[in-house]
Amino acid sequence: MTRITSPAALEQFRQEAQAKRERFKMGVSVCGGTGCQAQECKDVFEAFRTAIHDGGLADTVELKLTGCHGFCEMGPLAVIHPAGIFYKRITPEDVPSIVEKSVLGDGVVEELLFENPLDGGKVAEEAAIPFYARQNRMVLGMNGKIDPQNIDDYIAQGGYAALAKALFEMEPEDIIDSVERAGLRGRGGAGFPTAMKWRSCRAAQSSDGTRYLLCNADEGDPGAYMDRSLLEGNPHAVLEGMVIGARAIGATEGYIYVRHEYPLAVENLLVALDQARLYGLLGNNILGSGLDFDVKVSVGGGAFVCGESTALMASIEGRIGEPRVKHVHTVEKGLFNKPTNLNNVETWANVPLILNEGADAYAATGTESSKGTKIFSLVGKIRNTGLVEVPMGITLKEIVYDIGGGMPEGKDFKAVQTGGPSGGCIPGSLLDTPVDFDRLVDVGSMMGSGGMIVMDEETCMVDIARYFLDFLSEESCGKCVPCREGLKQMLAIVSDIAEGEGTRDQLDLLLETAEVVRDTSLCGLGQTASNPVLSTIRYFEDEYIEHIEQRKCRAGVCRALITYTIDAELCNGCMRCLKACPSKAIAGEKKKSHSIDQQNCEKCGICFEVCEFNAVTRM
Amino acid sequence: MTKQQIPELRAVEKYGADRSFLIPILHEVQEEYHFLPEHALRNIASVMNISLVDVYGVATFFTSFSLEPKGKHLVTLCMGTACHVRNSRGLADEVSRFLGISPGETTSDMLFSLETVNCLGACALGPIAVVDGRYHGQMTASKLERVLKKTAKDEGLEK
Repeated sequence: MTRITSPAALEQFRQEAQAKRERFKMGVSVCGGTGCQAQECKDVFEAFRTAIHDGGLADTVELKLTGCHGFCEMGPLAVIHPAGIFYKRITPEDVPSIVEKSVLGDGVVEELLFENPLDGGKVAEEAAIPFYARQNRMVLGMNGKIDPQNIDDYIAQGGYAALAKALFEMEPEDIIDSVERAGLRGRGGAGFPTAMKWRSCRAAQSSDGTRYLLCNADEGDPGAYMDRSLLEGNPHAVLEGMVIGARAIGATEGYIYVRHEYPLAVENLLVALDQARLYGLLGNNILGSGLDFDVKVSVGGGAFVCGESTALMASIEGRIGEPRVKHVHTVEKGLFNKPTNLNNVETWANVPLILNEGADAYAATGTESSKGTKIFSLVGKIRNTGLVEVPMGITLKEIVYDIGGGMPEGKDFKAVQTGGPSGGCIPGSLLDTPVDFDRLVDVGSMMGSGGMIVMDEETCMVDIARYFLDFLSEESCGKCVPCREGLKQMLAIVSDIAEGEGTRDQLDLLLETAEVVRDTSLCGLGQTASNPVLSTIRYFEDEYIEHIEQRKCRAGVCRALITYTIDAELCNGCMRCLKACPSKAIAGEKKKSHSIDQQNCEKCGICFEVCEFNAVTRM
Repeated sequence: MTKQQIPELRAVEKYGADRSFLIPILHEVQEEYHFLPEHALRNIASVMNISLVDVYGVATFFTSFSLEPKGKHLVTLCMGTACHVRNSRGLADEVSRFLGISPGETTSDMLFSLETVNCLGACALGPIAVVDGRYHGQMTASKLERVLKKTAKDEGLEK
């Protein structure tokens, strides 16, 4: 492969790449995201390869292992093109019948189709499945169409055309103006206007002209994995965004800071970087424009605080990831003391879209203050779990019920948590809140990087506050006192409450401490660390009071406050729980009802899980 | 021993002695030893011309590095929010009980190490356990115990 040295050559290459793909009559896209890989999708992929080869179909059917399709819970999954037939939970044994029915014939394998939980009807087409139908997959959509390890696929879909435009038809200021008119705000969580950041970095003085451009892929919020899926499934979109950014800002070098927990993302990124360099889309004299810009991958060491800009930069420099006070902004003095611009993975992936569609068309989607789409990981106690990309302005209710399909097992909705450890829990009464940077802050949460964890009646809100405090006090870097000591004290109080040892006075002290930590911590971690506590007290104070005054955990989660008993009427003496109990606290004989010795019971709940006759009760 | 035979010297040679490569170098050295032994940290400090306390600082700040030897098989439990609401803590308690160790510890026969992590990013499948790099989704205590028993049996041991 020779370098592509002009926009005309890129266009010619695109046409050739597309023509090569068009000679295939059909396509099979097997999802190769981490979720499906955990469910052995590679065996399914190999089974397709064998079936296609054995059937003499290699010249007519294009088989691909793609990035994440989003509907992880239904994995391993595959889509048959052009009909768009969606198959779920495929085993290698299912593959020959899929090939026979849907590749050779025009039929479907009924039992592998998605079943609508509302009416039990089968849905064949991917686009018609409720989970996908309400989405707007502008950023994530290409994941299902391309092989992330093959740059030709990306180019065939029109990839790097936005870069050609940025290099040859636009001045740096034009690019920044476009991003501004599009209303792009940082997808990492805080929603800072991207163009404003770019403009400051471009204007900042640099003694030797060096400017760094960073991509934050340290997706630390537990429960969020959209950045992982983008990097794994469509790494070139992120790279293309970064090179466009380099042209706009005048940057010379870039880094992508990735969590070490994401090995597949690192692998696909390194392949993408090599291919882009080979094609002349990265490195010296990009596309013959004279622009020099290259990107390195920096793998993190596992610290939540490194998602904070100054801590992230310290980590790339090989130092411990402690943040610093930002009297001088990082756009002026950041990495190695040079002007540095940091954006999140999803933000970078939006940049090519803006140039391709035009700023005004991009800004047509969304609300007054939040434009475009946002990707969420819709997880927790919800029927359809996976990654969803929705237009800004959609309500939480639409996401939870129309896309997510509501609660499983007929349970009642309690709250949805957004914004990770910096965000809050939003109750059912506020489900009409639209997805919008500012409106989510108004209700005591935030957009965050996009985790959306749904909680039902069996989730205890005191326990959730305790969970986040435990997480944050572990992850506090320890540099400033309010965060280091304050979180520890808050955790001690919430633990007391969860164990039935709390008092009303402690609740006041908790609120007071939360406010001090929020107002006086050094970096974003501490400043937002109180949100989970403040939001759960704001909306679920009655649960705190129940724990304190009645020593009751209505969700049945806080171990100190629950007891397990066996209903003698319902127990038929099958001995399952007796055998399963790790503390040997259950007594009984075959076909005679059992009983639990409360002295020895450790409240692990295994008896409750294994009983098939609902004879074990939790109070 | 030549430079090539000593993992930390080989890693420094591969990346270069610039401090910005310290974290990738530590990752690579840990791959070899399965932990970061003191002599390796001393060697790194000396050839990279960084003070030992700085190397130690980085090696102890980040959770992915360990200064203690690890067992042959690594069991990692995800403690992310999505896993938490699906009772990953109960799973951790049961696995701890089964192996007789707490998270962060290694069994006395050096067969298993148990670790918890903040989030593995496979949230739709929670609770998640990873055994020797292989992901297991929608885990329960009894399912995970079966995996561990099989792993022990393959080593010729009963658990």
